Amino acid sequence: MGGIRFQPSSDLTGSRAQREVAVQQSTDIKPVPRVRRFSLAAWRARTAWLFLAPSLLILVLVAAYPLFRTFQLSLFDVSILKFPLQPTWVGFDNYVALFTDPRWWRSVWNTVNFTFFSVFFETVLGLIIALIVHSEFRGRGLVRTAMLVPWAIPGVVSSQMWRWMFNDVYGVINDLLMKLRIITAPVAWLAEPAFVMPAIIAIDVWKTTPFMALILLAGLQGIPKELYEAARVDGASPVQQFWRITWPLLRPSLLVALIFRTLDALRVFDMIYIVAGSQVETISMSIYARQQLISFGSLGYGSAVATGIFLILAMYITAYLVALKVEVK
Amino acid sequence: MTHRPRPNKLRRFVARVPFMLGVGLLIFYLLFPFYWAIVSSLKTSNQLFQTPISYLPVTPQWGTYLSIFTTQPFGRFMLNSLLVAGGTTLLSLLFGVFAAYAIGRFQFRGRLPIYYTMLAVTMFPSISVLGGLFVLIRSLGLYDTIPGLIFTYMLFTLPFTIWILTSFVREIPMELEEAAFIDGATPTQTLFKVLLPMIAPGMVTAGLLAFIQAWNEFLFALTFTVNENSRTVPVAIALFSGTSSFELPWNQIMAASVVVTLPLLILVLIFQHRIVAGLTAGAVKG
Repeated sequence: MGGIRFQPSSDLTGSRAQREVAVQQSTDIKPVPRVRRFSLAAWRARTAWLFLAPSLLILVLVAAYPLFRTFQLSLFDVSILKFPLQPTWVGFDNYVALFTDPRWWRSVWNTVNFTFFSVFFETVLGLIIALIVHSEFRGRGLVRTAMLVPWAIPGVVSSQMWRWMFNDVYGVINDLLMKLRIITAPVAWLAEPAFVMPAIIAIDVWKTTPFMALILLAGLQGIPKELYEAARVDGASPVQQFWRITWPLLRPSLLVALIFRTLDALRVFDMIYIVAGSQVETISMSIYARQQLISFGSLGYGSAVATGIFLILAMYITAYLVALKVEVK
Repeated sequence: MTHRPRPNKLRRFVARVPFMLGVGLLIFYLLFPFYWAIVSSLKTSNQLFQTPISYLPVTPQWGTYLSIFTTQPFGRFMLNSLLVAGGTTLLSLLFGVFAAYAIGRFQFRGRLPIYYTMLAVTMFPSISVLGGLFVLIRSLGLYDTIPGLIFTYMLFTLPFTIWILTSFVREIPMELEEAAFIDGATPTQTLFKVLLPMIAPGMVTAGLLAFIQAWNEFLFALTFTVNENSRTVPVAIALFSGTSSFELPWNQIMAASVVVTLPLLILVLIFQHRIVAGLTAGAVKG
């Protein structure tokens, strides 16, 4: 556990009396022990590290160490089934294999596809819903409450609910669409390769649009009402008001919501796993990594896949931060 | 609005009809899937696989709700979920409040790097630690146990809790703390006697969000447990998907879905303002 650099020296983890001794020691060593503010600052810094220690320890254990371990294991050929592990060093062989693995690239493509369309529809729909809820009307509270329902339903549950609704023979979606004369014959939404991904995207849009709308709504409520009044006095039409006031002032919240949603969507697991399992037409990066790691038990190659995902997300975050900086300038 | 000529009441009403239709459609869109889950849970297998589909439960079959507890240990799964989500929430709050106090109130070198590292961890793909974490909990003897799940769930609940609580700690006026300091209170006493009562709303928000996240979690629960004794509800509901989709007991799946979702919905309805504040604060301040 050499990774925990942040912890204060061990004599500080004890009782208050011990801590006071430590404080005194530290003031003894300092060249100017008389300056009370200085020692107070040092003591407060130590207290802060002490308060942070448990959280840091946990995060080192559940985040930093396993991440390091994943990188490390990706350089080995090792099975998950044998404990203790018996790794064989293979260098970058796993990455070479990953680079030419069509199933991996298919999963990357599926994930990007899923992310692009779900985030796109969530943003557009979320903006419309936010604008609706932002205006004054009777029943506004009811809509706001209803918006939390899809958000609160567990991902696994909403996937199962929609899977049943998408059922080709007994599903309510085919029934409704036929009653509305949008389709003439039932569609096998989850069996037809062309429709599975759109169906999954529809589930994600239903579940996550409210979250988007809530964030955009908070952004809308942060815009001073005086701006609209001034615009009205100057004779600006509602459309002009939207493009000249709402849009520019909403952009910061929109960007934040976009990055969070995109990151979330790139990690997609539950929905696709429940609705379509690991079939190649819809498999996502996360499902592919888990399949290699756990179902196939190849800890080495699976770790290379997981590292690949990590790198793709890191690239995305870096690109986003650079773009944001450019924007600020 | 006063400077414009008011259209008469009828015209105003007519102008609002498309808008109200849109609102009605929106509510239908948001709520219908859950309504459909309830309706389906109250049908018999025969009624489920019958055309034309009936949009109301003809003869409500409450027995479905009983059967999910008798055909499998669903009560046990509920208890497991409750223990995992409750334990995760309590531990996240306990450790999180100390960390948030340190980050929000103390000046020390490394404060900002730590804060931003926490932020980075919330954006982390949990799949990228799955293998390493699997090996770790195997060697710690936590594989297939409830403490093991609680431990791994800290990965996403703890940074998020610290993040929310820090923003609450920062809003408390410094004077209160200074007064406590002059009275000779230790930092721990100050935290628990002065700050804690003031960030109680933040604790509720962070606690609820952590609870919901842990209650809904699927990937870790699926990977780090095998036994029914440690299985949580999301995994149980996912594993209903048996041999072929024609044989699935959809009424039972829907009943189970309603049972796990209802406690959440009740929590959300009671605390909706806090949850919205927490969600938007988390996202907007990022």
